Amino acid sequence: MRRALPFVAALAALALTACGSSSGATTTPGTPASSGSSSAAGPITVFAASSLKESFTAIGAAFEAANPGTKVTFNFGASSTLATQITQKAPADVFASASQKTMDTVTTAGAAASSTVFAVNTMEIATPASPAVPVASLADLARPGVKVVICQKDVPCGAAAQKLFTQNNLTVTPVSEEVDVKAVLSKVVLGEADAGIVYVTDVKAAGAKVVGVVIPKDQNVTTKYPIAPITASTNAITAKAFVDYVLSPVGQQVLAAAGFTSP
Amino acid sequence: MTRRDRSSAAPPWPVALPAALSLLFLGLPLLALLIKAPWGRLWSILTSPTSLQALRLSLETASAATVLAFIVGVPLAWVLARAEFPGRRLARALVTVPLVLPPVVGGIALLLAFGRRGIVGQYLDSCCGITLPFTTAGVVVAEAFVAMPFLVITVEGALRGLDTRFEDAAATLGASRLGVFRRVTLPLILPSLAAGGVLTFARALGEFGATITFAGNLPGVTQTLPLAVYVGLEGDPSEAVALSLVLLAVSVIVLVALRDKWLRAGAAS
Repeated sequence: MRRALPFVAALAALALTACGSSSGATTTPGTPASSGSSSAAGPITVFAASSLKESFTAIGAAFEAANPGTKVTFNFGASSTLATQITQKAPADVFASASQKTMDTVTTAGAAASSTVFAVNTMEIATPASPAVPVASLADLARPGVKVVICQKDVPCGAAAQKLFTQNNLTVTPVSEEVDVKAVLSKVVLGEADAGIVYVTDVKAAGAKVVGVVIPKDQNVTTKYPIAPITASTNAITAKAFVDYVLSPVGQQVLAAAGFTSP
Repeated sequence: MTRRDRSSAAPPWPVALPAALSLLFLGLPLLALLIKAPWGRLWSILTSPTSLQALRLSLETASAATVLAFIVGVPLAWVLARAEFPGRRLARALVTVPLVLPPVVGGIALLLAFGRRGIVGQYLDSCCGITLPFTTAGVVVAEAFVAMPFLVITVEGALRGLDTRFEDAAATLGASRLGVFRRVTLPLILPSLAAGGVLTFARALGEFGATITFAGNLPGVTQTLPLAVYVGLEGDPSEAVALSLVLLAVSVIVLVALRDKWLRAGAAS
């Protein structure tokens, strides 16, 4: 007994302290900023909304190819979580948010000077590939027995979902309010939820794993995505170059292919 | 005498410095939590409907998970400690897996097993209409999965360390098997049962990853205190800090309570 207890105690101490965890920002050491010229070089860390995962990963790879010597590391998550991390001085060089409101918390805190809208997204209903309950319209989400999953209200996709329900006079009782849009999507992909309110781009990215139910334009809500270089960036030149790249025709093309519309 | 002198001597600085640093490392974050806590608004935050709801749900689910762990975990501990059967070592290893498994992985595993489309869950759904994800019962399942090993391991250790002569003596004096267990074994392992129970409860109360993955997050249904802390960080960070204090207080209380149990357990063995 004596021998077992210290072991358990050590485990307990570990477990008690290891409650929650969130994806921390990691900067890769990479190559140091080369010459003193104004060309982009060295590593940057881009904090971007979960819904940008596929498109920004592609843009990042294209940016690295177009600017040899650069290395783009991403930290994807709920925009609100990322904003909190940035205002708490997380080492971000660029922030791309899924809502102006979230971006404003960063600019108000003085962490970024000004932002530019680079994409517009709309909402769509994601349903499982083999649905347990048929969902064909927004109104179906209010039916009893339909398990609806949305983002929690402080996350942009959650705010958008609430707005969607309010402006269409729907009373939807979700079974879960997930921490970000990818968590909503995964609950749908696994077939646990009958429907999830996600972005059009998420449905497109998920491919055959989900079936999208398009929301008519007059019922839908749109979200603007602003991007900004972070003032405290240690690699401001590359940060600025990345922002410009996202706004460039190449970046816009990738975003359009992912389902975003231009601002 | 000499041994004692040596052990109580001041440690040399190559040991003392990292030791002090590690103490600081472990202590500072907790101190920061106390310093940054919104003391002025603390009471109003903690008594807000959202907080009370999360607190109540946490206490209820952690208690239920602990009871569940006692009902099925103590027999398992007894089997592991006393019964001889093939695969016993494997069974014991299996019990320890949830202890070291990242809780999120546990949550995914639970979804794949007991989710609506899970290998067992689909039959639960089709035969009896039982679905665990997004329900309070799902929270209890997630917490029990992660926390029960603490009880099993603690109690198993106690049973294995037990001097069986007491039980043998009772049996030769005519006590029935149940009588021996109730009158002799149970009192002897009582401190370990209590320690294991407290550990299990504490672990269940702090469970985050498996819960949010398996049961989701909905205030009043599946949003336990750790989930409320995490979600609160998005909206009102000071609310998250206030709720964190509650969990910290519970952890401290548990450790103090356990210290007492361990001392008594040590004296008993």
